[in-house]
Amino acid sequence: MNPDLAPAQHDSARATTRIGLKETPFAPRLRPLNQFEALEYWQGYWSPAHFGNMEREYFAIRNTASVFDISPMNKYRITGPDADAFLQRLVTRDVTKISVGRVAYTVWCDDAGQVIDDGTLFHLGEQDWRLCCQEHQTFWLEASARGFDVSVREETEEVAGLSLQGPTSFSVLSRLGLGGLETLKPFGIRRWPFRGHELMVSRTGFTGDLGYELWIAPGGALDLWDALMEAGQGIGGVEPTGSHALNMARIEAGFLGAQLDFIPADKAIRAGRTRSPYELNLGWLVDLAKGQFTGRKALVEEKARGSRYCLVAVDIEGKEPAEGSLVYHKQKTEVGHITSGIWSPTAKRNIGLASLKRPFGDTKTEDLWVEIYALHELRWEKVMARVRVVKAPFFEPARRRATPPLPF
Amino acid sequence: MSTRYDHIVIGAGHNGLVCAAYLARAGRSVLVLEAAEEVGGAARTAEIAPGFRVSACAHLLYGLHPRVIRELSLRRHGLDYASASLQTAVMGADGSVLRLKTDHAAGVIDAADIVALPGFRRRLLKMARHLRPMLLMQPPRLAGRDLKQNIDLARLGFAIRSMGQADMRDFLRIATMNVFDLVQDNFASPLIQAAFAADAVLGTNLGPRSPGTVLTLLYRLIGEVGPVQGAVALPRGGMGAVTQAIAASARDFGATIRMGAAVGRIRVEGERVVGVELADGEFIAAGSVVSNASPQRTLLDLVGPRHLDAGFQRDIGKIRAKGNTAKLNLALSGLPAFRGLDAADLAGRIVLAGSPSAIEAQFDPSKYGEWSPEPLMEITIPSATDATAAPSGQHVLSAVVQYAPYRLKEGWDAARARYLEVLLDHLERFAPGIRQQVVAQQLLTPLDLERDYGMPGGHWHYGELAIDQLLMLRPVNGAARYAMPIAGLFLCGAGAHPGGGVTGAPGHNAAQAVLAEAKPLERAA
Repeated sequence: MNPDLAPAQHDSARATTRIGLKETPFAPRLRPLNQFEALEYWQGYWSPAHFGNMEREYFAIRNTASVFDISPMNKYRITGPDADAFLQRLVTRDVTKISVGRVAYTVWCDDAGQVIDDGTLFHLGEQDWRLCCQEHQTFWLEASARGFDVSVREETEEVAGLSLQGPTSFSVLSRLGLGGLETLKPFGIRRWPFRGHELMVSRTGFTGDLGYELWIAPGGALDLWDALMEAGQGIGGVEPTGSHALNMARIEAGFLGAQLDFIPADKAIRAGRTRSPYELNLGWLVDLAKGQFTGRKALVEEKARGSRYCLVAVDIEGKEPAEGSLVYHKQKTEVGHITSGIWSPTAKRNIGLASLKRPFGDTKTEDLWVEIYALHELRWEKVMARVRVVKAPFFEPARRRATPPLPF
Repeated sequence: MSTRYDHIVIGAGHNGLVCAAYLARAGRSVLVLEAAEEVGGAARTAEIAPGFRVSACAHLLYGLHPRVIRELSLRRHGLDYASASLQTAVMGADGSVLRLKTDHAAGVIDAADIVALPGFRRRLLKMARHLRPMLLMQPPRLAGRDLKQNIDLARLGFAIRSMGQADMRDFLRIATMNVFDLVQDNFASPLIQAAFAADAVLGTNLGPRSPGTVLTLLYRLIGEVGPVQGAVALPRGGMGAVTQAIAASARDFGATIRMGAAVGRIRVEGERVVGVELADGEFIAAGSVVSNASPQRTLLDLVGPRHLDAGFQRDIGKIRAKGNTAKLNLALSGLPAFRGLDAADLAGRIVLAGSPSAIEAQFDPSKYGEWSPEPLMEITIPSATDATAAPSGQHVLSAVVQYAPYRLKEGWDAARARYLEVLLDHLERFAPGIRQQVVAQQLLTPLDLERDYGMPGGHWHYGELAIDQLLMLRPVNGAARYAMPIAGLFLCGAGAHPGGGVTGAPGHNAAQAVLAEAKPLERAA
């Protein structure tokens, strides 16, 4: 075993000094299952890449129920008399339209209107919010807090998170005895007592399918895990999944990945590599009329001037995954590249997300090609495949939004 | 009162008044709001005892810009020098004295250094002269320039290139160096080394060995008094008389100056500045607001971070501004007797500094929150040449005291009285008997300078003069062209390019930026 990936030892000598990657509260269940030690680094935690059979994990997301440990997700608790006002200045959406008990997907920008990160904003109570995102935001949130009577506290380690996704997720969760679960709408939040802890359930996820995210104190994590596994028995089971299967599902859903489909503005070193919300097809998240927020001035100017790039969903001829490939106009002029791309087993199409220089992908969508290099048994083959700009998502089952969800 | 002005200028410091005068001269209606009961800000003459009048903070002119003097007719409005080119007497702790005036040196100095002095000065003055065009230039943007800004940038590059290849190489070599190494390379005698080292560090939070101190020395030499570049002038009537002249000019052009009007808030509506609210709640509308206050106070206190993008207000909050300079003003019953100095020396500038190493050693305690017990001082006795400064036969002494850290470990309020004793003891060593002559005293620590004069961190320049906070980076990257990110808000003080010192340049440049961007209000016929 790679000693760098060795989990922390919970003996007394190491109780205060943690060495190596951190473990999530679900690790005691996840580690034995991860026979290949297929682990990835995720913001200081080890996180499973797969459990030996990515296809099986992917099809669980689409056909039965899957769990993915989202405890490493950075969680910031934002409270205080100015919590609403602070968030209104931070993010691009109008937070006054997010009711208590609701979740909203949003982005936030730097002064130049370039996306720093995206994440979900949980309205937990009056002037009480949680921001969940992939990248560390402590410095940015602290800088943004000046002049506001607000407390910003990272609570990543205090909340265990498990994403339960798939068509049978409602049935599985119902078996835990969560009364009224059937009335929980997409992006809604509800809480139930669960074995001495409070279980918070939000109908959210990163798969574009029916699904829930479960939030509980670390002490209740293993009970929750065991209960879910038990609940899955007889109805197709609950499959632990890794990031590879999740990545396929999120591309099918047309969701963006930080560091993949955009470079967080505070991480970019080279000028011009960052993207605005408009350039990521996230203009619908930007409310220029709500008043001052960071990046607003730059975004108003961009709107008047026009954006440099666009992010589009593409359907690629053939079956060769095109991630990282260059996109050409008339097979000649380079106009961008495929930021994420897979063969979609559910859509039965070769799909991807592409970052293109406008007007390509925007007003000019004809005669686009992608140059794919594929290695087949020590031979590189170059394919020039036709690209069609399509509407995302590539897969959107009705069950995703159905309330109440149908039992399976 | 429903009066509405084209422009409101916050603060009647010299830059605020220069800006107001230029705006009024262009036909705009201008209101200057000053919290104190008199104009001047840090360029003010204070009466520290009946009949004893002395420049409260800044006491010497290194180059009020000639164009400002001419275009605002400051001579006609009362600008006058008690002395237009002061001699400097450098005193070492061992009683050695060196006299310096332009290219001439006499006293404790090697013969070789006397020969080297004119060439050294010529070299520095030439470099400084080539930097001069940038004084009255709005720093060009680094990205997204228009034609005018490209020309400005080209002018700046051309100014450096036109030094000639050898001088340009020399400039690029020494510009980011420290003054300690520069004077070691050029002189052998400690007092002449100390003279240049002192000029480089006065008013800054830098020691002679700190990087960038050659640049601060060049900055000081850019200015000119009359036709003489690098000269030091003592204004008649103290620094307050200079700002009185600028105020008279501004009034003459039609500006209104209101005293005792402290601004409580700059009002922002719909992402543009609409006017100011005074501390007592009165609202005064204006097309634009120009602030002579520091960037920190203007943006973080008067506007408020909420109206600003998060990154911008963070950068403003991180401007390096830690004052390390105090000011001591004394009313004396007679002319102090500095050892080895004659009447002519007392009419000039006296610098207590033995060597660059000694200055560096004086700087060291300040890093750890302690004052230097034997500090570098720059002293003038204005009453020696200006009869208006003190009652007949009596005198005022004005001393800029280098290294008194803003963050003093024990806190200034607790230590102020003891520090005064330290300074008087130090003076007593150079001028025996001076303690008995003290009639009244005024000590301004960095904390007092922050409280009473609005200098953030008690820093005389509102922000350290360093390569990362100059030109396009002053006050912060992306805001160097006087216009702030909120429409209708401008900066005109030392926090903006080219920085502190009584030059009038930031005020002049800000006025040009205001006139270029803000249209006068339409008035009903």
